[in-house]
Parts: sequence; structure tokens; C-alpha cells
Amino acid sequence: MVQEQAVVTEALPYNDVVPGAVIDRDGEALVVNREKLPELALHLRDVEGYDYLSSVTGVDNLTHPKRQGVERFEVVYHLYSTQRGGGPLVLKVRAPEEDPEIPSVVSIWPGADFQEREIWDLYGIRFPGHPNLRRILLWEGFNGHPMRKDWKEAYYEEEHKPYSSRWPYGHYPLDEYKYPWQEERAVYKDNLVFPKGFDPDQWQAPEVEYRLGQDLYRELEKLKTDRIVVNIGPQHPSTHGVFRMVVALEGETIVGLEPEMGYLHRNHEKIGERNTYLMNIPYTDRLDYINSMSNNLGYVLAVEKLMSKVEVPERAKYLRIIMAELTRVLNHMFAIGFLLNDLGAFFTPALYALEERELILDLFEAASGSRMMCNYMRPGGVAYDVSDDWVEQARKLVFDRLPRAIDELDNYLTENEILLARTKGVGYLSPQDAVAYSTSGPVLRGSGVAYDIRKAEPYCIYDRFDFDIVTEEGGDVYARYMVRIREARESLKILRQALRDLPGGPVIGKKKYTFRIPPGEAYQRIEAPKGELGFYLVSDGTANPYRYHVRSPSFINLTALGLMCVGHKVADSVGILGSIDIVLGEVDR
Amino acid sequence: MVGKGILRGLATTARHLLETYIDDVKGIPSRYAYDRHFIKQPLDERGIFTIQYPEERRVLPERFRYVPMLIYDADTGEDRCTACGICAKVCPTQCIWIVREEDKTGKPLPRSQEFYIDISICMGCGFCAEFCPFDSIKMNHDYEIAVYHRFPDLILTKDDLVVPTTYYAQLYPEAWEAEERAREEERKRKEAREKALAAKRAAAAKKKAAAKKAEEAKKAGEEKADGKDEEKKA
Repeated sequence: MVQEQAVVTEALPYNDVVPGAVIDRDGEALVVNREKLPELALHLRDVEGYDYLSSVTGVDNLTHPKRQGVERFEVVYHLYSTQRGGGPLVLKVRAPEEDPEIPSVVSIWPGADFQEREIWDLYGIRFPGHPNLRRILLWEGFNGHPMRKDWKEAYYEEEHKPYSSRWPYGHYPLDEYKYPWQEERAVYKDNLVFPKGFDPDQWQAPEVEYRLGQDLYRELEKLKTDRIVVNIGPQHPSTHGVFRMVVALEGETIVGLEPEMGYLHRNHEKIGERNTYLMNIPYTDRLDYINSMSNNLGYVLAVEKLMSKVEVPERAKYLRIIMAELTRVLNHMFAIGFLLNDLGAFFTPALYALEERELILDLFEAASGSRMMCNYMRPGGVAYDVSDDWVEQARKLVFDRLPRAIDELDNYLTENEILLARTKGVGYLSPQDAVAYSTSGPVLRGSGVAYDIRKAEPYCIYDRFDFDIVTEEGGDVYARYMVRIREARESLKILRQALRDLPGGPVIGKKKYTFRIPPGEAYQRIEAPKGELGFYLVSDGTANPYRYHVRSPSFINLTALGLMCVGHKVADSVGILGSIDIVLGEVDR
Repeated sequence: MVGKGILRGLATTARHLLETYIDDVKGIPSRYAYDRHFIKQPLDERGIFTIQYPEERRVLPERFRYVPMLIYDADTGEDRCTACGICAKVCPTQCIWIVREEDKTGKPLPRSQEFYIDISICMGCGFCAEFCPFDSIKMNHDYEIAVYHRFPDLILTKDDLVVPTTYYAQLYPEAWEAEERAREEERKRKEAREKALAAKRAAAAKKKAAAKKAEEAKKAGEEKADGKDEEKKA
């Protein structure tokens, strides 16, 4: 017994630096003593170089058959190094049910801000030390924490799909009076439960945190203005979706900004835990509905990682890359078009960009059957093969039309004086902040950090292609715009190579609707057009994922929005938001 | 020079405007003339391109999916569906409800008695069509399904869902051909297998018969021998 323990402590890393921090191993992950977490985190960031906190998420171990002995709540941290690249360091911190508290790491990695708030919101785990720990996706009057395994939704039917009422005796309640609609079965007033001690009449919107810099303060002192709070939204912030920015202003200068979201929240993750592995694929289409192909890809790769031994045919590998890169071109053109919309160039650039997007969507439709909700990837390949005609069309588009369209957009906008005046020096984000706030994609690379998952931790067959990581030093809206234009060109470079080398053969093995998934967990991240898209899956060996988490780039990039906006005028905040390029389907999940 | 960028941008806009007209003129007679109702955007067209729906429509690719339909055999009038329930099991929104037909003793029959699809929650993913082993549920191309009342107009019953195979063949020419070919091959393979089986059986029977005959002959021989022995003894 004694010997065994000695062996275990020897194998655990970092205990020589922070004694007693790491208490166990769980697969790849290190289980950390929650008291020692901040100390260890500081060491990992400053000495070990894990400067990038990719994902923080909670797990409720209540019904997991393999985790009956352990504490109920678990928070999982995925750390990466932007200097070295490579795989993650996974930390797990556990907390018992009666005392769900874990020290916050916001002071070490500010990127944990929204993610810890989300865990508090959905799991009810408290983070002492968090500067602003309040609900983020749901409102304060919501009763309970919905991601807990013992929380049931209003129209709860069964723990897992497929529901047994559908077949073989699926009498649909066609009689309106005898079997009313679900909404009428539990009407609003009976369904509404507030948490203890909550009075909706007394409820007030939370205060905005002011992030006032010294210089700004001195400047504003001279003006002698009143501080007012303006709610921009829900709706306007140039209608990327239903989103609200609570802005504190002095004159026209922003002194504090809080993004408010969750208007489109549908608890995607809870739905995902009810679904089987296959059923989740079309749901991922609805996350970032502009780039459904790359969402599919990320999820499917995560499932394949969990299955560990999956043969993907060569042609399917190439088709995946082609689809993902076409999506990137599409998204970047879209983002540029709508950034111009946000800046006031109403719809002409957006329509020029949209026209090329239509042609790409035509290709998606011919391949998958739908323009936006593609549902194309499957574990072990892709759903359908493409015809020779399709490849011919794609070649024409990639070799001829898209480069011309990007050049035209570049020619049309890049040197436009109004654009330069509105974007240069606006929304500055320093490289240190960009990494610390866990931003990703064009926002990170626009701040001069050359970090691209396709190179840092290659997935699929990206290591076979020749392309460059695009960076711009500016760190402002203009730099992010330029990154998008140049990245679209790099994508075309990959596409040309992929279409040149596209082999023949099958695209999927045998099509199956159930998969044998061994117990375990997997975190797979991909470089989606908007940034780092990660899927965290925990399997307990059944047909449904035990835990399904989406690390969405739009959501986490928003963490840095307040920082970028402070000190600028109100009108610029919309442009800065446009430069982050969010999609609310993914932010709110 | 200040303003150069703006001028260049304006030139781009002007060119787009002109190109739109040029594209229009190129297609003489005009695309709006006659009955040119179905349009596929050509890759070499450069102006802004708009399809004037509902007068004009896009050409839909074969794989286009909207809501499911059930296919019955146009020749025999029989449903292809066997009520196996796979579509209901893979449906992500669980919008398919099937009642399997049973005979009087409660033994299940390979037919559906009722079949509902609640298309107000159908997400059009196409899994039902993809995983149906009998090619009996496919995605319809008809996307104009607006109704006045959600209930019960958007709950499609079997009567609303069924279409003949001819309709399917017309919508999905390539898939239809491939499936028919596969079915033909399957039929041939089955026939061949049966033939082989029959031949094998016949051979086996022959062998058996031969063996029997031999045995009988042997027996007869033995009997004869016995007889001889007896004769000898006698």
C-alpha cells in the first residue's frame, strides 16, 4: 500500500514546485487540488509557458457509471502554449456537491472570464475571486442550473433519444382538444418558478464595470460630463443578431462596456447530451450557421478521436479539407462585407461579397443537399460523394473566379480613405492581451500572434499542404480586416492543391447510425474561420454523449470586446464588434 | 493622393453596374422574356445576379432536401415502407411517429398503419432518407409548404406523405438509376444464389440417392451373401 502511494506521487508532475498541487491522474488529465489551483496556474503560465487557456468547462459526475466515487462537480481546463504549439495540458479540479467552489483563474488567464460565468450559470459552481460572477446566458430569475444532470426541462419526455413513444405505437396526438400542444399543457403561469429570494419586481439590470484608464480619466476630467449608461441592443449592433452592449459613456467616449447575450440560448449542450452521437451533427450546423461545414468537421473529428480507431478514406480526407477551406473563404468574404455594413457602407460591399458566397453555397448544395445546414460530415468520412461535374465547377471557381473576386474586394476597399479613417488605430488589442484573453482566429492573428491550429497542432491532412500563417501587426480593426483578406487567399492556395490532388475511391466505409464509443473523453479543436472551435466530449460507453461541450470562438472572442472598445467613440463600438465577426447562434448556444 | 482609394472603389461599383447591364443584354432575348423560369447562376456572369422569385426559380440540384416523403410502388401500389422504425430512431428532433400494422394475434406485419411527420419541427437533416434500408423515405424538393394553421396542417399524415416511384424517379434521376441498378444486381445475385443453391441441393439429392442406391445394392449383396451362406450351411 505504502509502496503504491510512493510510486503515484513520483509520477505526478509539478509537485516539486507547488507541493501537493497535483493529486492524481485521470487519463491524460492531471487532477489538481482546488486550494492549490491559482498557485499552480501561475507557475504553468509563467514558467512552463502555458499562456493560452483554450477551454474551461464543467462536468457533472452525478450519473456517470465510472465516476461514482469521485466528487460531483468537475471543472476541466485545457491549456496550450502559443510559443511551442502542440497538444494540451489538461487540468481537472473537483468539488463536492455541498460546497461547489473552485478558485477563479481570471486573474491569471482573463480569457476564463466568460467561461467561468457560463459554468456558474449552467452548473452552479462558484468561482471565488471572479470579478463579476453573474449569470451570462440565462437571466437572474432563472430557477436552477440546467446542465446539472438532475435538472429537467419543462417538457421533459425521456432521458435519451430515441424516445420510445415514437415507434412501434406512435399515435401522434392529432386531436387538438384531447391532446393540446405542449405549450398549452404547461402554460406560462404554472411553469414559472423563480429562485428562492428572487423578486422580479425588484430586479434591476446589473451595473456596468468601468474600465477606465489613467489617460482617459484625465482627459475626461476636463470635459466635466455626466456618465450615462446606454443599452445598444438587443438587435441593433448592426444586427449580427440579438445582442446587447451595455455601454457607459462620458460624452461620446466609451468608459465601460458589458456585452449581454443569451437571447438565442437554447442549451445546445443539454440537447446534445440527450441526442445520440449521430443526431448531434445537424445540430452543430446551427451553431455558426455561416460555417456549418467546419462545425461538422470539428464535431466529427472529436467523435473520431473518441472512437480512436477510425479509417477515413483518402478521398473523404480531401473533401473535408475542400469543404472546410471553401467555408473559410465564404466566411471571410461575408465578414468583410458585413464589417463594411457596420461602418456604414450600406450593403454594396456586402452584396458583392455575398454573390461569391452564393456560388460556394451552390457547390455545398450540390454536394450535401442544403446550402447552409449542410450536415455533410460523418464519423469515418463524408456523407456523399461528389460528381466529376462538381469537381469541375469547384475548379473553375477556385482557379478563376474566387481569386478575382478577392482581388476586386481588395482593390475596392483596402485603400479607401474612409475605411482607413474608420478602422486604423481603432479597437487596439495588444498581442499579450490577445493571448491572455484567449482570443483566436483573425482577432489573435490580427494582433501579430502567429498561432494557427492548422500548423500548431495539425488535424486532418493539413500537414500535406503548403500555406502560410497570416499575421498583421496592427492589432486594430484594419489589421483584422487585412488578415481576413489575406487568409482567404491562403485558403485558395490550399484549395488549389487539394483539388489538384483529389484522389478517387470511396468517401465512407459502411454507413452506420450507431457507433460503438468506448468510455473516455476527447477534446478536439479546429481552426474554424472565426477562430478556435473546440468540442469536448465525455463518453460513458452508451449511445449518447455523457458530456458535450462546445468551445465557440465567437463567444470567447467577445471577452476582449470591452477592452477593445474603451476609449473609443460609440460609433466605433459597432465597427469593433463587426471586426470580431460573431454569430449569435454560436455565442448563445 | 487623397481620394485615390475612393475613386478606385467608385470605379469598381460603376463597373459592377455596367456589367449587370451587359450581362442582361448578352442574353438576347432577355432573361425575362418567354418562359425562362428555372435559372442556374452561371460561373462567368459578373454583374449582380438576382433571381426574381417567384417568377423565376433556381434549378435545384438532385440532392436538395426539404421535408421527407414516402414512396410507394407505382406498379403494384404497395408501400415500400416496412415500418422498421429506423427513420424514427435516427431522427434528431424525433418528429416521426409510426404505428406498425399488426394482425389479429398481435404479430407485427411489415407495413405501417399510420405514419406522421411533424414538419413544424423537422430540421430537414435527411438522416431518415440516408439510413432507410428500403429506399422508402426520401427528401422531397417541394419547398413551398406554407399553411394557414400550424395545427394540424403541418403534421403530415401518410396520405400527405406518399408519392409514387415515378415521382421519385423524376426528382432523383441519378439516384433512381443507381438504386435500380443495385436492386437489379441484388436480384440477379439472389437468383444466381438460388440457382446455385438449387443446383447444390439437386446435386446433394442425387448424391444421396446414389448413396442410397449403393447402400441398397450393398445390402442386397449382403443379403445375397447371407443367403449364400445360409445355403452353404444348409
